[in-house]
Amino acid sequence: MKPTFATKPLSGWGRYPVEACHVFRPEKRSEVAATLASGQQSSYIPRGLGRSYGDAALNENAGVIWQVLLNRFLSFDSASGVLECECGVSLAEIIQCFLPRGWFLPVTPGTKYVTVGGAIAADIHGKNHHKDGSFSNFVLHFRLLTPTGEVLLCSPEAHPDIFWATVGGMGLTGVMLSARLQLRRVDSAYVFVDFHKAPNLEDALATMEASDERYDYSVAWIDGLATGKTMGRSVLMRGNHAAAAELPVRVRQPLATPNGPRWNLFLDFPSVILNRLTVKAFNTAYYAVHHTASRQLVSMEKFFYPLDAISQWNRIYGKRGFVQYQIALPQASGREGLRTILDRLARSGRVSFLAVLKRFGDAGPGLLSFPLRGYTLALDIPAAHGLVPFLHELDRMTLDHGGRIYLAKDAVLRAEDFAAMYPQLDSFRAIKRKLDPKRLFSSSLARRLKIVD
Amino acid sequence: MPTVLILGANAGIGRALAAEFASHQHDLILAGRDLAELQALAADLNLRHNVTTRAERVDVLNFEALESALAACTVPAGDSLEGVVLCTGYLGDPETAQKDLGEARRILDTNFTGSVLALNILANHFEQKGNGFICALSSVAGDRGRQSNYLYGSAKGGLTTYLQGLRNRLYHSGVHVITVKPGFVDTRMVFGKAKLPLVALPEAVARDIYHAVKKRKNVVYVPWFWRIIMFMVCSIPEGLFKKLRM
Repeated sequence: MKPTFATKPLSGWGRYPVEACHVFRPEKRSEVAATLASGQQSSYIPRGLGRSYGDAALNENAGVIWQVLLNRFLSFDSASGVLECECGVSLAEIIQCFLPRGWFLPVTPGTKYVTVGGAIAADIHGKNHHKDGSFSNFVLHFRLLTPTGEVLLCSPEAHPDIFWATVGGMGLTGVMLSARLQLRRVDSAYVFVDFHKAPNLEDALATMEASDERYDYSVAWIDGLATGKTMGRSVLMRGNHAAAAELPVRVRQPLATPNGPRWNLFLDFPSVILNRLTVKAFNTAYYAVHHTASRQLVSMEKFFYPLDAISQWNRIYGKRGFVQYQIALPQASGREGLRTILDRLARSGRVSFLAVLKRFGDAGPGLLSFPLRGYTLALDIPAAHGLVPFLHELDRMTLDHGGRIYLAKDAVLRAEDFAAMYPQLDSFRAIKRKLDPKRLFSSSLARRLKIVD
Repeated sequence: MPTVLILGANAGIGRALAAEFASHQHDLILAGRDLAELQALAADLNLRHNVTTRAERVDVLNFEALESALAACTVPAGDSLEGVVLCTGYLGDPETAQKDLGEARRILDTNFTGSVLALNILANHFEQKGNGFICALSSVAGDRGRQSNYLYGSAKGGLTTYLQGLRNRLYHSGVHVITVKPGFVDTRMVFGKAKLPLVALPEAVARDIYHAVKKRKNVVYVPWFWRIIMFMVCSIPEGLFKKLRM
């Protein structure tokens, strides 16, 4: 029997854009190959939990392979912390199962509701990038079902070209079926956090520069609306894992973890709720309530995933959705670039509710991987009239400063700007052509950016 | 620890039920057609819930081999085998089945003949043992035949009747029989079909079934409101019902 699909409107986490896709939901690994071989769709893109923001996991009027049911743990070595699992496993499942046994993710993004496959395909980074690099540093190997139906074991040693094209390759090289990951040993589910209030961008960057190396994790909330002398005012949050022996006695179970979201936003907020006034009030309050303080005990859940407490928090932006805009700027021109972009944002009259700044360590070998040594800035901007041209303007500024856009968040970048931002694009295309001669893997993002010709 | 045998554990409600029993610390024997997939599930449930799991190949359509295949499940478990849940089912393509006798037979054999033969073999095992439970997934489709899926429905209706008789027979030897009638559940049977109302998650249905087993219910609808819906569907006079399109 032919694999059946459901045609439905899909979007990324930003809920912009929304496109009709033909969704397959395989329950067995053999069904993935059967779906590709069935010839029902012109192309396919794998999808996990749909937490990329734009159109990375969309394939308008074509196939989407939704991997959520291919989520089994296959083996775990409790001595070395090496986990083998199917790529539909979510980071939340890994935490729930292995944190109580003293193992945590080596790299985690700001939400745990992403799959292992998505984490590799976007080569995600976390608050520890300045020390540990991106997710792919901890991927020992994965099994890739290639567009021609072969299953290849890829690692930095075996098929390294395919490995580094798939890392950060946005699902365009095939379907990752399973992966082997190195987890990180931890003693507790807590982090000791130092808070530092930086009155402006200069202070924030200088403080990070001077002392980030002392912390496993470092990130800053930044006020995207402050202008003039306070432009770039931030709250730096930097932490280290807490050893069990350092915990106060009230913490009886050092490795206990909470279960699931506590609240659910089951309605769209009206789009007017997030306006310049309310966001300004929020930012002022947020800056005011935080104080410079050291060694505050914070649970991992709160430190890494503050927004996961609210299921469907993206509905706060209303029906129109929002665009998450994340850029990386190189060390040398980063300071100037951040200044230019923050200034342009503040003068634009647009609001960015959640803005985040952090330092990146060295770039990895992934051909389309996002991080590069320097800084990264992430902004949430509600979708509204004139947003696309405005973002194109920011794209040019980013490009002028030698920076690039994060594909997992992007929804509007133009192909020519993209090509200028990712100098290894041609190497990626060459591998992709060899691996996928019939162009069976494509996505709305891939067509917009002309990654697939 | 008590062990439960799940037939048809690879997908849908069967897989969700395996996870539900595992989360309540039951050891599992996972049976079905695709051994490699079952082994992956066995490893997964062992890692997540720290229970002992085992995968066995059982194909209810292979009538001749059924006795030996089920013996391979039950014999090593011995007295620890607390019960069995039969989750095998095949909706098939009703339109194809109108013309293609092969497809029609596959629907009847999976949902009725194969399932009943498997239960017949297991019934003897539990009767001899003198305790335990037999739980089988029938369907609301078996309560009243309608044009859209009456082959599947009639097979499930037959299964429901078989379970009634089996419950009556095994009552006297201390073995409990539970008939489960799921409504629309978000599994392969429903995914990709035209928009259906009231679709339940397999995990939620699995929780209900687990409780029905523990509370020794006889017949349960999952979710519960299907009992009301089916009561209404069954109350429509046949003269009117035959004119409806459903």
